[in-house]
Amino acid sequence: MSSLAVDPDRVLDCRNLSCPLPVVKTAQAIRDLESGQHLLVLATDPGFAQDIKAWSSRTGNDLVTLTEDGGAYQVLLRRN
Amino acid sequence: MSENNRQKRMSIVCWSGDLDRVWPVLILSTTAAASGLEVNVFFTFWGLRVLQRNDVRVTGQNWMQKGESLVDRGGTDHLKLGKIHFGGAGTKMIKKLADDYKVATPTELLEMAKDLGVNLYPCQMTMDLYGFTKEDFIDGLGAPMGAASFIDMAADSDITLFI
Repeated sequence: MSSLAVDPDRVLDCRNLSCPLPVVKTAQAIRDLESGQHLLVLATDPGFAQDIKAWSSRTGNDLVTLTEDGGAYQVLLRRN
Repeated sequence: MSENNRQKRMSIVCWSGDLDRVWPVLILSTTAAASGLEVNVFFTFWGLRVLQRNDVRVTGQNWMQKGESLVDRGGTDHLKLGKIHFGGAGTKMIKKLADDYKVATPTELLEMAKDLGVNLYPCQMTMDLYGFTKEDFIDGLGAPMGAASFIDMAADSDITLFI
């Protein structure tokens, strides 16, 4: 997490959770942030990279960075 | 907001209480609401039992309605597979797998659906048919409605599904 460009305002751990929980929990978590604040989501669902891109473009919340390391995803989002 | 850039809408008919149908209904509803869509789910016929409180065992006013409720237990904790139920063994196995793989249960998904503002509508006609009262249902539902109300919602929806 030290490699992130921005310090997240909140971290959401969705590791080991299956569809649709990572996306649904992301949507629930980002509601509590102010516009412009950052949410870091940790996930291991193999479909998450594709799903979070679709969710981000559908909802207008920016996907700042998405990294994958050995099946573990770190996704930094900025609330719109 | 004009009709062109209004919020997207999805309307679903949930007509069955089979676990293999209800699960995708709830997964798609929660995901669509999480993605910013307005979501309406119309629970009708056997699907109405999904909205029954888990702690309510017998529903109905007459012996036929009560008998039906005994052989088709309602509530999200008691849904059975439409196929491969195998006297309970198949349903138990898929629930065990879902738990192992951290797939949310129908009960958890229904709670999330309410939290995300999914509109859950019981069918008035089926309520009468089964002798349901509002007290048999979970909290947080929309007002019971009929087919014409659902058609009106569906006609203005971007996605309509019958699951």
